[in-house]
Amino acid sequence: MSHLYKSVPVRSSEITPKQVYLSRRDFMKAATLATSAALLAACAPSVTAQPQDAGPVPTSNATDELGDMVNTYSDITTYNNYYEFSTDKQSVASLAKDFKTTPWTVEVGGLVNKPKTYGVEDLLKLFPPEERIYRLRCVEAWSMVIPWEGFMLSKLLKAVEPTSDAKYVRFETLLDKKQMPGTSSPFYPWPYQEGLRLDEAMNDLTILATGLYGEDLPAQDGGPIRLVVPWKYGFKSIKAIIKIELTSEQPATMWSSIAPNEYGFYANVNPGVDHPRWSQVSERRIGEISRRGTLLFNGYGDQVAHLYDGMDLTKNY
Amino acid sequence: MKRFFSRYSPLQIAIHLYAWSTIARLIIEAVMGTLSVNPIQEFEQRTGRQALTLLVLSLACTPISTIFKWTEPIKRRRTLGLYAFMYAVIHAIIFVDLDYGLAWSLIAKTILQKPYILVGMLSFLLLTPLAFTSFDIWKRRLGKNWKRLHQLVYFIAPLVILHYAWSKKGNIFLLQGDIVRPFVYGLIIAVFLIFRIPAIRKSLASFSPRQLTLLLKRNQHPKADTP
Repeated sequence: MSHLYKSVPVRSSEITPKQVYLSRRDFMKAATLATSAALLAACAPSVTAQPQDAGPVPTSNATDELGDMVNTYSDITTYNNYYEFSTDKQSVASLAKDFKTTPWTVEVGGLVNKPKTYGVEDLLKLFPPEERIYRLRCVEAWSMVIPWEGFMLSKLLKAVEPTSDAKYVRFETLLDKKQMPGTSSPFYPWPYQEGLRLDEAMNDLTILATGLYGEDLPAQDGGPIRLVVPWKYGFKSIKAIIKIELTSEQPATMWSSIAPNEYGFYANVNPGVDHPRWSQVSERRIGEISRRGTLLFNGYGDQVAHLYDGMDLTKNY
Repeated sequence: MKRFFSRYSPLQIAIHLYAWSTIARLIIEAVMGTLSVNPIQEFEQRTGRQALTLLVLSLACTPISTIFKWTEPIKRRRTLGLYAFMYAVIHAIIFVDLDYGLAWSLIAKTILQKPYILVGMLSFLLLTPLAFTSFDIWKRRLGKNWKRLHQLVYFIAPLVILHYAWSKKGNIFLLQGDIVRPFVYGLIIAVFLIFRIPAIRKSLASFSPRQLTLLLKRNQHPKADTP
């Protein structure tokens, strides 16, 4: 699929300084050496653990374009950040077990010439999904490599014909207190909503995912349909989408309305931008013991850096 | 067996069992492979939470003794405090070794970029002298200053809450986001600290257990009347 992406020159200011990049190597060397063997042994079984009740578990030896192995199906389906179900990542899978993903419709409207409500099955027919192996970097500083199936959001947006006033895309998650116990918590401005600038939404990397490991996208991973924007922190990739709306104003997003100084609209993966509380310099790849350095734009700079030409990424975080 | 129970009170046994339960569970779950796919984070978070729980329990001893005229908890304060410190040590070791692989330059950078870790470090540093001077010999040697020193815990406990709340996604001051746990811990600590205000402490002390049972009975009375 790499033929899809044209290489774009990266501005020199956005290239990781050599010194940072070298210290990252030193760090990784040191990290590998220093990790204590005893605890390593204690942790090992859980890394390879499979869910007990699952049938045949899909496996893959595929890697991302940087050569890193995809995470196992059980990694991806048992460790989920999905506050509509629970703040406990391990509880989400069981709480989402009976979540109804069919029938499911996505309303696409706002500043478009042809608003339409699509059933997920219609979308799959109109825009046949393809495999996309992407890194996912959570703002909590862990990451995975995930083999999604999905289609480019741009295809859907072109079909509804955005008007010339449309500048942003707003997404909304289902809010169903009966099915999603976490949404009873009064501490969040439900429903979950997210947004992209139109050019970000039209980028070839941005997909709506409907599958994982060749199967339907499990509910705990945002099934039946979710956004995947691999160069942004995971919380931008909104799950269980029921509504897509084109707007002229920058839409409010859930996390930035809770803590605007901490979660910006852009939320591009950037080890150089100091988050007020979290360091984004390094991350733990799930399944690995030592940390690794975080890449600018999560390693997708060639395809997306041009979107932010002339923007101060420390101000537009 | 009989000798064991005559030597240790039920409260003592309960405290020791409870204190070690977190480590025991972590080891069992690590061996069984049920510790999530991010086991280092589980180790880190659960030892931190246990440290805080034990610290809260140590703060509960004085109010419980005052209200219920039951002196034993006061004697167990040190045990609870030392266990809290033990978990804080484990928590800190996991952070610098397992999580960050002793990469000191990265750790330094992370501490400076994450105020919640700075606050955590500060509370750990403040807790250290309390742990080391918790023994009788130091109590005698420091005299009046011992109490003053150990009252630092009134400052450390809220600091730990700040560390906990800031490590979560959300804003505890606006009651938004993932704040339920830190908020509940914070509330309990606040109550225990309020109980230490001299005027409130005095009125609690004059409140005898007999009065308390009478009050409870009076409240239950209407219910007992209705068949």
